Amino acid sequence: MDTEVAAITTIFTEFYYFVTVALMFLIHIGFCMYEVGASRRKNHMHTLMKNSMLIPLVTITWFFFGWWIYWAFAGGPGITGGIGHPAPEFAEAYTPWGESMGPRLDDRISGVFWAAFLLFAWTAASIVSGAVIERIRSFAFWLFAILIGSVTWSIDAAWGWSYGGWMVEILGYHDAYASGVIHAIAGGTALGILVVLGPRLGKFREDGTPREILPHNPWLVCIGLFLIYTGFWGFYVACNVPIISPETIDGQITGTTLTATTIYLTPTTLGAITINFLMSLSGGMLVGYMVSKGDAFWTYSGGLAGIITASAGNDLYHPIQALVIAGAGTWAMYKLHFWVERKFKIDDAVGAVAVHGYAGFLGVVIAGFVLWGHPSSPYEGFAVITPWGQFVGAIIMFWVLGFFPAWVLAKILASMDLLRIPREIEILGLDFATTQESEAARQDVIAAKKALV
Amino acid sequence: MSTTPIDSWAVDLADVTFIYPGVGTEVAMTVFAVILWLGWHVWQVKLENETFEQEIKDHGTEDKIREAIDGG
Repeated sequence: MDTEVAAITTIFTEFYYFVTVALMFLIHIGFCMYEVGASRRKNHMHTLMKNSMLIPLVTITWFFFGWWIYWAFAGGPGITGGIGHPAPEFAEAYTPWGESMGPRLDDRISGVFWAAFLLFAWTAASIVSGAVIERIRSFAFWLFAILIGSVTWSIDAAWGWSYGGWMVEILGYHDAYASGVIHAIAGGTALGILVVLGPRLGKFREDGTPREILPHNPWLVCIGLFLIYTGFWGFYVACNVPIISPETIDGQITGTTLTATTIYLTPTTLGAITINFLMSLSGGMLVGYMVSKGDAFWTYSGGLAGIITASAGNDLYHPIQALVIAGAGTWAMYKLHFWVERKFKIDDAVGAVAVHGYAGFLGVVIAGFVLWGHPSSPYEGFAVITPWGQFVGAIIMFWVLGFFPAWVLAKILASMDLLRIPREIEILGLDFATTQESEAARQDVIAAKKALV
Repeated sequence: MSTTPIDSWAVDLADVTFIYPGVGTEVAMTVFAVILWLGWHVWQVKLENETFEQEIKDHGTEDKIREAIDGG
């Protein structure tokens, strides 16, 4: 920062990521409201704590190994390069004892960049949280939160969401705003847990048809989804590099024009993603309203699914493409949710597998057709975007890194009786004991007041 | 026993790198923090198991469970 321009550029970038972190915090508040609202009253405080405590646990494990994995595994390792490929000095610097992990005056970006990625990790874990409410043990859920937040999402980001990732280089994988790398993997993880965990008691009739377990506060659910929309702005802009020169990129771009880029260092603009965010939100809400015949929960969820479907290519789509893709993804995820529920008896309490998993998967695949032939990277030798590259990428996100590791861990925990809460507790409600204590305390105070009269 | 690398701000900031105390002890601090993290999980799973056991003992009678079902 020895010139004024360098100082302004650096501090602008530092402040830019800082603001994204504050905005993304709203995603977590939204998820908590949504999840608590969707739970029954007898479970709501426990539901809140289950989601809230992923914050410290994912944060510290992100510090211990999540961030290092991102920088160490871009080449596989062993696919396009070894540990640390293509910049081993970063992997070294981002070990918990590395030189970029503590405050230093000559590195103002690492801390805020670390935090922006961490907030993505919270989001991934929080998506899973809603699907499994009212019957998973907190101990088990927090292990899954660490699994997706600090291990599998970090691997998928290294592979498919970094400028040197092997999926980008070989498959031409393009997922600018994380349809696959956050949403499909989170949906796949939730599904992997749900098939082992099983439905809430009473969810299905003896003939296998589902009963509706109503949220205790639909209004809270909808406001939660609204807050997720708000925080999503931070998520989107955090996916960009705000300002960078071709010289710094060191790729094939010529000239000296500074630009914003995606995480792949491919040029885009904040204007592009702003209009596409709003158009895809609109496409999702319009179709969500239509397909659910005006149901508030599915209309709001449709808005989210719309953004998620279009996110893979929202750096490049025309706004009308974003609108139509969002609508198509929302229609498909809604239909798939109820089909899977009936066919496989999957009790996804908040529709997370559909809104995030199916919409994210489809979004990655659709981007392969719409962006076919577009360069995935500014670097020479990287594959272009193709339908087959995107399809393989979607499989990796949803099934290989999402479903499979979660299913294995769920099986292990179930075999140790550490996955699901006891049947009696599920019937009584997770807040039963504390509710009894609160009522006893209340009655005690009432009795004390009466004694004074 | 000071461990801070900064003992004066009468310096050219271009020469300043680390500003936190204990530079050189990062590995030891990491080991300590990882032990705390793992220990927390051990403590939490024990607490959760004990809480469930106690709750079933105190409230897991058929009458109470029927009452809870009636309450939703």
